[in-house]
Amino acid sequence: MAYNLKATTEKPERLTGGHRMCAGCGAPIVVRTVLRALKPEDHAVIGSATGCLEVSTCLYPYTAWKDSFIHSAFENAGATVSGAEAAYNALKRAGKIDHTTKFIAFGGDGGTYDIGLQSLSGAMERGHDMVYVCYDNEAYMNTGIQRSSSTPKYADTTTSPAGKAVPGKPQFKKDLTQIMVAHNIPYVAQSAPFKNFKDLYEKAEKAIYTPGPAFLNVFTPCPRGWRYNTPDLFDIVQLAVDTCIWPLYEVINGEYKLSYKPKQKLPVEAYLKSQGRFRHLFAKENMHMVEELQQEVDRRWNHLLKLCGETE
Amino acid sequence: MARKDKLSGNEAVAIAMKQIDPDVVAAFPITPSTEIPQYFSKFVADGEVHTEFVPVESEHSAMSACIGAEAAGARTMTATSANGLALMWEMLYIAASCRLPIALAAVNRALSGPINIHNDHSDTMGARDSGWIQIYCETNQEAYDTMIQAFPIAEHKDVRLPIMVCFDGFITSHSVENIELLEDEKVKEFVGEYRPEHYLLDKDNPVSVGPLDLPPYYFEHKRQQAQAMVNAKQVILETAKKFEELTGRKYGLFEEYRMEDAEVAVVIINSTAGTAKAVVDELREKGVKAGLVKIRVFRPFPFEELGKALAGLKAVAVMDKADSFSAAGGPLFAEVRSAMFDHARDTKAVNYIYGLGGRDVRTDDIMKVYEDLLEIAETGKVKSTVNYLGVRE
Repeated sequence: MAYNLKATTEKPERLTGGHRMCAGCGAPIVVRTVLRALKPEDHAVIGSATGCLEVSTCLYPYTAWKDSFIHSAFENAGATVSGAEAAYNALKRAGKIDHTTKFIAFGGDGGTYDIGLQSLSGAMERGHDMVYVCYDNEAYMNTGIQRSSSTPKYADTTTSPAGKAVPGKPQFKKDLTQIMVAHNIPYVAQSAPFKNFKDLYEKAEKAIYTPGPAFLNVFTPCPRGWRYNTPDLFDIVQLAVDTCIWPLYEVINGEYKLSYKPKQKLPVEAYLKSQGRFRHLFAKENMHMVEELQQEVDRRWNHLLKLCGETE
Repeated sequence: MARKDKLSGNEAVAIAMKQIDPDVVAAFPITPSTEIPQYFSKFVADGEVHTEFVPVESEHSAMSACIGAEAAGARTMTATSANGLALMWEMLYIAASCRLPIALAAVNRALSGPINIHNDHSDTMGARDSGWIQIYCETNQEAYDTMIQAFPIAEHKDVRLPIMVCFDGFITSHSVENIELLEDEKVKEFVGEYRPEHYLLDKDNPVSVGPLDLPPYYFEHKRQQAQAMVNAKQVILETAKKFEELTGRKYGLFEEYRMEDAEVAVVIINSTAGTAKAVVDELREKGVKAGLVKIRVFRPFPFEELGKALAGLKAVAVMDKADSFSAAGGPLFAEVRSAMFDHARDTKAVNYIYGLGGRDVRTDDIMKVYEDLLEIAETGKVKSTVNYLGVRE
């Protein structure tokens, strides 16, 4: 059936309103879109790493989750959900349950690229039938905007502050999606809450209903950390995709497929200007840094095009 | 008929696990507990259990996977030692506060550093305040018997706490001893079916586990957790009683060995109790009124019962196979001495820290402790409260 935004949004919400995520935050939009890809008759066990999503959606005695939900710690959403999936297999084998349950773990970039990388790697390598979704907002936002290995080069964060001697984070962003591709799992994709959410919805559906482990890396703007006006959320997503800073692609059983190729690739400047965290790059003496970022984006994009069998 | 056999402690515990046939085992290898997941994965490979075995990439993930599995409604087990237990630390507390009755075979080994693979109790003593029930075992038979009692205790509705079954690395885990095993059906019947009330895989009653819990409720939840540990004492005794009816083997909160008319006694944990009992026998033959108390249940701590058991003695030596670096003695000493305050205030108490990193402790060493106690009993004077036994200094 062809994707239809209206039809998918008519499905019952599985993350209800009333949670405490910020206005203009990408994370609940990502989560709701992913969960809409579940068949309504399927039950889900959803895990979350410690982070904004967890503390804002499950504050005792309330929960925003309609499905079963578990949070245990920061660095172990992969392992925790893998344990629940193991329980499902055992109880099914013992004839104690007969329904279908799907397993989805959510983690921010801090809980996924950094402290939770080992746990994620283990869960994927062991082949659990689960999806791990990283909502990548490019810093430790829950603790107050500290740099992570996902933070882009030169971004101003509270532990990579743009100062007179050091102009923001000195290192480039880690490419976690490629690390997950190297696990040779059945499904890996990079997505974003883009346009009518077709890209994210369809990738989530594939991830959830492909047997075995799957990983989704989803671009997720944060108004506090990135310093943008909350209504600009979707413009920023559009710019990230059109500048090829965040390409949309999927890797199915090792085969790369580009999901979106901008008609006109925009200069990174357009994206950088949309956010306060890059403001210092536009001081006259720092303009070479914008050029450096452009070169790195071009290099990575061209490499991806090759992997996808596309031409420039 | 019960089967008589000769088994190492690890093998005995692995067989108990096979007979329990848990839903999930998640484990990571570490000396000296490695054999347990090794034996168990063979049971899985041979189809002797229905268990889902999760060979995780670390002990942190082992405990995390156990938490996910147990919360999902599965009866769940693991095994570890020393640094493995230390790597689980964060998750031990979370398992207990989520009230998940996971069972863990803790094969005691010295905690790094320096790295050392041999036995002492620094690993589980370090985890003593994590909210886990801790039961210590002297022999292979005790380890096997206690593992079979673990789930009826941990899963009891008044308890719902995780449980650690502790026994000495190499000394107990690798030494082969005579053992009596129960029939599979009897174990199955004794342990019973796991019927959790709330669990993730209950499709019709979805549940959220592990919420953010701020000042309005956190304290109440910790109070309930504390009460569960208080309740555990009675459940441990009831379970022991049922086990005795099944096997004739009697277990309590602690074992009193030749304590009836004792004037001096040693308080001790795990396998060295066996060595010390031989010393007590030797002293008794000479007419010396020596006794021994072997702590079995350390969490919950048998505060009242232990204090009463030590009342009237002239001198007590508490033997710690771990140091707490408090500059005031080992962890067992602090608690035993505190327990003595209400009921045995006139009894002199001294501490011996012994056997760290697997330093051998022989009957001669224990004899020295009793000799010191007899001197204290005679003179009423304590020369040194905290002592290190068998160390060069």
